[in-house]
Amino acid sequence: MGKRHPVLDVDKCMHCGACVGTCPPNAIYLNEVILDFNDKCTMCKLCIRVCPVGALGE
Amino acid sequence: MSARERFDVVVVGAGPSGSMTAKFAARGGARVLMLEKRQEIGTPVRCGEGISKAWLPECGITLDKRWLAHEVKGARVISPSGYEFKVSEEHAGNEVGAVIERDEFDKALATDAAKAGAEIRLKSPVVGLLRDNGKITGVKVKALDRSYEVEAGCVVAADGFESQVGRWAGLDTIVAARDITSCLQYRLTNIDADPDYCEFYLGSCAPGGYLWIFPKSDDTANVGIGVQLYKLKQKGATKQYLDSWIARQPRFNKGRPLEYVCGGVSVSAPLEKTIMDGLLIVGDAARMIDAITGGGISNGCRAGKVAGQVLAECAQSKDFSEAALQKYERGWRDILEEGLYRDWLAKEKLTTLSDEDFDKIVSALAEVNIDKLSVHAILQAIQRKYPELVKTFEDLL
Repeated sequence: MGKRHPVLDVDKCMHCGACVGTCPPNAIYLNEVILDFNDKCTMCKLCIRVCPVGALGE
Repeated sequence: MSARERFDVVVVGAGPSGSMTAKFAARGGARVLMLEKRQEIGTPVRCGEGISKAWLPECGITLDKRWLAHEVKGARVISPSGYEFKVSEEHAGNEVGAVIERDEFDKALATDAAKAGAEIRLKSPVVGLLRDNGKITGVKVKALDRSYEVEAGCVVAADGFESQVGRWAGLDTIVAARDITSCLQYRLTNIDADPDYCEFYLGSCAPGGYLWIFPKSDDTANVGIGVQLYKLKQKGATKQYLDSWIARQPRFNKGRPLEYVCGGVSVSAPLEKTIMDGLLIVGDAARMIDAITGGGISNGCRAGKVAGQVLAECAQSKDFSEAALQKYERGWRDILEEGLYRDWLAKEKLTTLSDEDFDKIVSALAEVNIDKLSVHAILQAIQRKYPELVKTFEDLL
């Protein structure tokens, strides 16, 4: 069973961290170029909206 | 297993705030380690690269050709219908005067820290904190060749907008959606921009934020946008706002990109609390960005200087308790807090204005030939012509 969190388009991501600093439950991890979600995601979708280039989606 | 290393101060993040903290702490005799997760200090750039020159001397930073890309005479602020007013650089606040190469600027500040005696390690992300009885006692580092722990008298969270360290420590660093701006910028070359002025475009072209053109040379500029997260409704909207605006600018018809820059910017009030036993937060991580301009370099550097000086004293007395760090909390608030709160309140009002309101405001300012870009001076000028428009701002006057 997959965890429920926004889906990252790795080809669009610029690893800027806008989603990381925005995420209220701190569910996004970014180390240079690797972005991942943990199980604290509540699907508030703020990361989808804040991503300047539209790399995150449902 | 070898014994843990120990430093007086471990700075997490080698941006301007981190390097300033490291420099002043090391200069005062503290043993300092600065850890940077990326492989190169200063890259990738996440910045509009506009600063003023006025605050540099107090931070001990000298203008250097290596990072000074371009100097401008001032700022032009343009309303939706094309009204504009100009301010000269000495009156334009903390983000106008020089356009810099941020990657070189960050390296120069890190060089200053190194010369003061700070140790620097790259590709060394901090992945957790060490604690003892609620007190922060060090960091866990995952480096290229090994994972290790470092003990610290004080850990400095200089980890920017993403700010993990403060959250791990248990301080409330969450920013509300209305206080976050989504930013995207292209460095465009082969364009026909005014090389003498930084330009700011207000209104529905950038809801809750603004569009900027910061010239880096005669034919190249940073063209970017900041939009309030609250006003972004669908995926990729920030890029759509910027692209559609650029497409409407004939002078950018032949513009070609040299660099994409993006990121999140907090436009909030500063953190309520920036210290605890063995931990201190500085710069963007402490939400010290000016909410009107979105600029954070000068505030971060000034707070970093205070932090470094206080930490040097703490290292002397071997006391990094919250009580000892109060001197930092008071020190940076004395310099920055009033302005940060005032501009945050003003931002709250500005984000409610319509395009017509912006036209009125900018045209009123153009008439009085305002040359000091302070919130107070601006409101006074508007009040004379459009008293009803200032009614909602009156508490700021």
